[in-house]
Amino acid sequence: MRPEVALPVLLPLLSGAISLLFWRSRAMQRFLVVAGTIALFIVSLWLFISTLSEGYVTMQMGSWPAPFGITLIADLLSAVMVLMTAIIGLAMGIYSLATTGRGHEKFGYYPLMHLLLAGVMGAFLTGDIFNLYVWFEVMLVASFALLILGGERAQMEGAIKYVTLNLLASVIFLTAVGLLYGMVGTLNMADIALRMEAAEHTGMVEVLAIMFMVAFGIKAAAFPLFFWLPASYHTPPVAVSALFAGLLTKVGVYALFRVFTLMFDQTMGYLQDIMLWGAALTMVTGVLGAAAQYEFRRILSFHIVSQIGYMILGLALYTPLAIAGGVFAIVHNMVVKTNLFLISGITHRLQGTYQLKKMGGLYRERPWLAVGFFFSAFSLAGVPPLSGFFAKLVIVRAGLEAEAYVVTGIALAVGFMTLYSMVKIWNEVFWKSLPEDNHVPETATPSGDDGRLIRPSLWMMYLPVMLLAMGSLLIGVFAEPMMWVMTTISDQLLSPAGYIEAVLGASASIEGALLEPLPTGAEEAVREKTP
Amino acid sequence: MEPLMALAIGLLYATAIFMMLRRSIVKLVIGLMLLSNAANLLIFTTAGMTRGAPPLIPEGMTQPLGEVADPLPQAVVLTAIVIAFGVLAFAVVLIRRAYEVVKADDLDKMKDTDT
Repeated sequence: MRPEVALPVLLPLLSGAISLLFWRSRAMQRFLVVAGTIALFIVSLWLFISTLSEGYVTMQMGSWPAPFGITLIADLLSAVMVLMTAIIGLAMGIYSLATTGRGHEKFGYYPLMHLLLAGVMGAFLTGDIFNLYVWFEVMLVASFALLILGGERAQMEGAIKYVTLNLLASVIFLTAVGLLYGMVGTLNMADIALRMEAAEHTGMVEVLAIMFMVAFGIKAAAFPLFFWLPASYHTPPVAVSALFAGLLTKVGVYALFRVFTLMFDQTMGYLQDIMLWGAALTMVTGVLGAAAQYEFRRILSFHIVSQIGYMILGLALYTPLAIAGGVFAIVHNMVVKTNLFLISGITHRLQGTYQLKKMGGLYRERPWLAVGFFFSAFSLAGVPPLSGFFAKLVIVRAGLEAEAYVVTGIALAVGFMTLYSMVKIWNEVFWKSLPEDNHVPETATPSGDDGRLIRPSLWMMYLPVMLLAMGSLLIGVFAEPMMWVMTTISDQLLSPAGYIEAVLGASASIEGALLEPLPTGAEEAVREKTP
Repeated sequence: MEPLMALAIGLLYATAIFMMLRRSIVKLVIGLMLLSNAANLLIFTTAGMTRGAPPLIPEGMTQPLGEVADPLPQAVVLTAIVIAFGVLAFAVVLIRRAYEVVKADDLDKMKDTDT
């Protein structure tokens, strides 16, 4: 019984349910979102410390022994992802208080946010492939509702693309799960890994691997499956955009890391080239798409795509160093990308627009905001000593060691292009003076409001921005211990025996799984019945 | 039985993809619905079909007698049906709202957020 594995999933579900009970009480819902995310952060920290000392923490739901019941397992990768999600959740909880319109609050913004967090946590912690599908759906349904809350035309158009492509990905995932069950007869991921080693290496394994790759590729917004992301992420209120940007695509990337290190590690050679070039093209298309945009959030959306490329590149190179770099990139990106979206929300509040051409002069007006943006943007571009520099350094070094020179060159060039986009935002929003035709509204109201103005409570927006900017700086300053955690993660991922043992017990071996002896007494029972 | 099911599943997938490639959002949702049904049938079939042998353990024994149907894929399919139903309900409301704001049942009229 290890409560810390189940609590990160249970707490947001619980706070979401309580929040639903207080449907009419705005104050109570606002209190719950902060209290709930703080509690979530504490249990996530607990889980992280346990996994750091023990390696794996498992819990069998309902005490059903491993391959039969649903297993919750946290290895260090899961624990780090859970911790980062809790941090983002906390930042978003505080930020939402200031930016969410009354209309949104009235229609269940906070309960949906709790549910979204629960879905993300569940996906990180489950050890059962069908359960992973279920948590994906929990997360998706919550995100659908958050995306269309407000009901503007752009939101509807974005949502149709988002919903269709994500459902398509879910069905491909479900189909793959069905075929996998037909082949190995189990849904427990550790058990699947064990049986895949012994399974006859037919074309079916490759088909399955490709299906998982496509399904998670759509969710992670990898090339050429990313079109839903830039079409939808800039449409909802900014807090929702930031939440999605920080969490959702990373779940897809996490699933790729999990499935391809645990279950399909022997087919990696076959798929490595596809994944490598997919990653390179993801980086290039994302960054080129961003270069063409002049809307704050659209630039950032395209940069999500390009950063996903770095993470997948880490997986595709498939060396210990590269995987460590890939995970480093995920962690760094969750902090920085969320923060950039939060900053875009503040600038929107201050100047009433997301169009770069209409903004300006913020460096003089709000120097601290400029500093926050500077840290995040240049971290994204990979300027030392911020977090992005080390993520990129590790991946590039791994690429050079693996002698993948072309892809590594592309990664470096994309870093340069990222810098171009970030400098573009810096020049337009912070450096140049405010264009004269922009009449900044006295008090900009959040969208979806019912007419009453909300006084800008800017400190609630600044607080998470400053915390996350500090986070990016701290990750950069303490790169050595971070790198130690990342290499431990990649060691764990590349030797799945530890994971399998943690789930199935020490005696688990492929012979044991295949030649299950009949329990004693069963044969006599059979003999008694047959005359 | 299996070849027949395989044919039916293949036909369902093909129809679903065809429907999803149309421009009408109503047909898009019908395609999504067919697709999830096809996936459910697929899980049901790949796990192996056993006729007339429910997975029940006779009284006084610890194991079922002889070959029985595998209950797990049925539980999985039930879960998947429930999820697909919920998502479908959402999708129907979504296309209704989208129709209200866009005033057209045509995906080509919904390109504003793409570029």
